[in-house]
Amino acid sequence: MSAITETTANTAAPRPRGGIGQSVSDSLVIAKRNLIRMTRIPEMVIFGLIQPIMFVVLFSYVFGGSMVINGSTNPQDYREFLMAGIFAQTVTFATAGAGAGIADDMHKGLIDRFRSLPMSRGAVLTGRTLADLVQTALTLVVLAIVALLVGWRTHENIGKVLGAFGLLLLLGYAFSWIGALIGLSVRTPEAATSGGLIWLFPVTFISNAFVPTATMPGWLQPVAEWNPFSATVQACRVLFGNPGVSTSDAWPMQHPVWASLLWSLVILVVFRTLAVRKYRSATA
Amino acid sequence: MPGAIYAEGLVKTFGDVRAVDGVDLDVPQGTVLGLLGPNGAGKTTVVRCLTTLLTPDSGKLSVAGIDVVKQPNEVRRNIGLSGQFAAVDEYLTGRENLQMVAQLYQMPAKAAKARAGELLDRFHLADAADRPSKTYSGGMRRRLDLAAALVVSPPVMFMDEPTTGLDPRNRQQLWDVIRELVSGGTTLLLTTQYLEEADHLAHDICVIDHGKVIARGTSDQLKAQIGGERVEVVVHERDQIAPAAEVMQALGKGEVKVENHTRRLTVPVTGGAKLLAEVIRDLDARGVEIDDIGLRRPTLDDVFLSLTGHVAELDEGENGNGTEKEAGK
Repeated sequence: MSAITETTANTAAPRPRGGIGQSVSDSLVIAKRNLIRMTRIPEMVIFGLIQPIMFVVLFSYVFGGSMVINGSTNPQDYREFLMAGIFAQTVTFATAGAGAGIADDMHKGLIDRFRSLPMSRGAVLTGRTLADLVQTALTLVVLAIVALLVGWRTHENIGKVLGAFGLLLLLGYAFSWIGALIGLSVRTPEAATSGGLIWLFPVTFISNAFVPTATMPGWLQPVAEWNPFSATVQACRVLFGNPGVSTSDAWPMQHPVWASLLWSLVILVVFRTLAVRKYRSATA
Repeated sequence: MPGAIYAEGLVKTFGDVRAVDGVDLDVPQGTVLGLLGPNGAGKTTVVRCLTTLLTPDSGKLSVAGIDVVKQPNEVRRNIGLSGQFAAVDEYLTGRENLQMVAQLYQMPAKAAKARAGELLDRFHLADAADRPSKTYSGGMRRRLDLAAALVVSPPVMFMDEPTTGLDPRNRQQLWDVIRELVSGGTTLLLTTQYLEEADHLAHDICVIDHGKVIARGTSDQLKAQIGGERVEVVVHERDQIAPAAEVMQALGKGEVKVENHTRRLTVPVTGGAKLLAEVIRDLDARGVEIDDIGLRRPTLDDVFLSLTGHVAELDEGENGNGTEKEAGK
């Protein structure tokens, strides 16, 4: 263990550049770290894939025959209707992963290390959410292939289809900041996993994702129609050219693309601000 | 001119708990301060305040001459922190961990890579450099954690219980590293539960309990305050306590303490091993059968016994630590 101090002149670290440049490079360092982790824990990625695939299969074949979409009981119509919902649910369920990961970093003392470094304050969370975005994108690709296999088709041009996937990724990214805030607020990774999931059930089920909102009790319909999640699902159905587009008068249902963009941006800004503030005072 | 690590009237409360209650520290550059105390005494909170992880309620703090509260980012450029549990990413390799930390210290990617290689060699981790650190032994992980704290050779280092849970060999190795660092001019604040460790490494020792400094000085000064070695004897039969006490009274340098239910007798002594031999001879001559005998050096318990009149309440301390952490949320 000799000569540790040989080249050490006891100098401070280079002066941080500060500003956006440093935020971006620090975030990329952290994103790389999280992506490397994913390759080392492939089972996490695989479980992340199995769940939505299971949903596709279960919903298509179990519920498919009993669902009425635009007056049609053809299971094919329900499958096309369903996919936008499954895609959106998949990107939002990925947020639980962000929360659990960040809680785990706190628990293991890594957040302490990061907070003692002269790095950009938001980078730990931004890096994590960016890495999750990459994973979400891969999951969507696999899921789209499975969807095509069970008979899902799009009926619009490729630009619109890609636009729909863009909205899905934006929604997932915005939601991952909610996950980050939960991860910073709970004491254990286990709590982050369950705490990160439970609220997603009402959010994704009180929506137009799996059944048309018109079948819900009257008082519940506005809740479902103004649910940020529903806006994205509706936008996807429109952009995919899939059946079951809601004809409700509610503004988000009439202007789903704008509603989806607005909701996602508002969630992103609000929860990013809250999460970064929480990070500054985070303690394990 | 305040030292490289300086605190005046540091107070940090969590709810009703005054975790740190008016601590003053002044560590001259190039020296080691050992911060001693049981779990929950407030050691970690002091370190967390000085390393910008917690904002103190009040007090003046500076590190490397920089105000900790006003210029936290400047402080971060000048410190290395090695925490209580080795804070490395277990799924990243040793090399990836060090590169990441170096880059976050704002080193360019290429320099970060070179520095990681250097540190891996020097901390005897080169063979394991490209294995996930999950596969490392406790000692290796601790070395990696320390290497991460030394990525930029910071002028001021903080180590929070660096050797807790390490086996004696690894502990020795870590001590060697620390000595070398300090000989290179690094200022170090080290927290520990082991008086022995502070004894080996620290120029000055500061004992804290319930968030307050209860003693400070060099190791020798503290020992003089505590009292030196003592001989401890456990006799085989209860009725042998009396003759054993007479022998120990004759050879010892103070009052013999007797615990009847454990048949344990203790007496302060001077003269070390030689005197121990005398005690054994005399006990044998009186026909006293011994279950156990030993020369005890002052421990942290003795420090507490002598300073506060009660032994360090480690269990209560752990709970205290728990609330401290929870309240810190």
